[in-house]
Amino acid sequence: MKHIVKIITLLMVIATVWVGLLQTSTIPRSHTWLLPIYCVVSLGCYGLLMVGVGLMQFPTCPQEALLLQQDIIEAKGYLKQKGIDVSVS
Amino acid sequence: MEAPLNTSKNKYSIIVPTYNERLNIALIVYLIFKHLRGVDFEIIVVDDGSPDGTQDIVKQLQKVYGEDRILLRARPSKLGLGTAYIHGLKHASGNFVVIMDADLSHHPKYLPSFIRKQSETDADIITGTRYVTGGGVHGWNLMRKLTSRGANVLAQTFLWPGVSDLTGSFRLYRKSVLEDIISCCVSKGYVFQMEMIVRASRKGYKIKEVPITFVDRVYGSSKLGGSEIVEYLKGLAYLLVTT
Repeated sequence: MKHIVKIITLLMVIATVWVGLLQTSTIPRSHTWLLPIYCVVSLGCYGLLMVGVGLMQFPTCPQEALLLQQDIIEAKGYLKQKGIDVSVS
Repeated sequence: MEAPLNTSKNKYSIIVPTYNERLNIALIVYLIFKHLRGVDFEIIVVDDGSPDGTQDIVKQLQKVYGEDRILLRARPSKLGLGTAYIHGLKHASGNFVVIMDADLSHHPKYLPSFIRKQSETDADIITGTRYVTGGGVHGWNLMRKLTSRGANVLAQTFLWPGVSDLTGSFRLYRKSVLEDIISCCVSKGYVFQMEMIVRASRKGYKIKEVPITFVDRVYGSSKLGGSEIVEYLKGLAYLLVTT
């Protein structure tokens, strides 16, 4: 099943639940009408939260830059030894 | 000292697309040979007619390491990443294919862990991820991290891809699997990388992740431009509807 079909099915289920809520009036109607907007806003907030959390926890590796520099020196030494000239002419 | 890899029956074809990577290609070749001792592999350099003499360097490297270990399969001009992989794939004699960047942001020292993970899990694809513990990025400013994180959250929310790093291009594929997915991917640039992994996920291929560290381009100019955000959103919408 294509992904978009899954998403549309999910939305339809949610829509059905919403219409059901509207009809049975378990929650006051004024709130029910705004439910989709609440959901979208909540989703947006959750997304922003995830971005923020991810940003704070973003894994960094400054030591890798140093290791890479060492590797480069080692590699250049070997290449020079083998007579490969990589300098930009 | 790590235990020797038992890869007696497997051959790994490492495809490295290059454009103006005269220095980097030599460094990368050295590092690959350093970290894959005892492994049967070949490096396929797909150079798009670099004006800086990249191909000359590759020929010199062939003299040192052997023409059977380093294959130069050049193309006349810049023809794009996707077609570079397809081109490299045609000349690959291994049963596994690694794709990686030539600019040293992908470090060959992770290749043994890719190979090990694949043989442990019998996965079809091993993808390097920068976004989990053990992985990481260096050389990105706040803006870059923000866009990366935002892009990732969007992709996870809408695509449910099953991998943590969608735009990464440091991957090990079973050759037959790569041939299968590459034939149905049409996107360009890094959206192409996303399309590959999402399509693979949809097709039910077994995908495992290995943490990798990514040190942003050391030598040379990065080929990342400014209109990437628009391209990304278009790519995301396309993948949402067609996969």
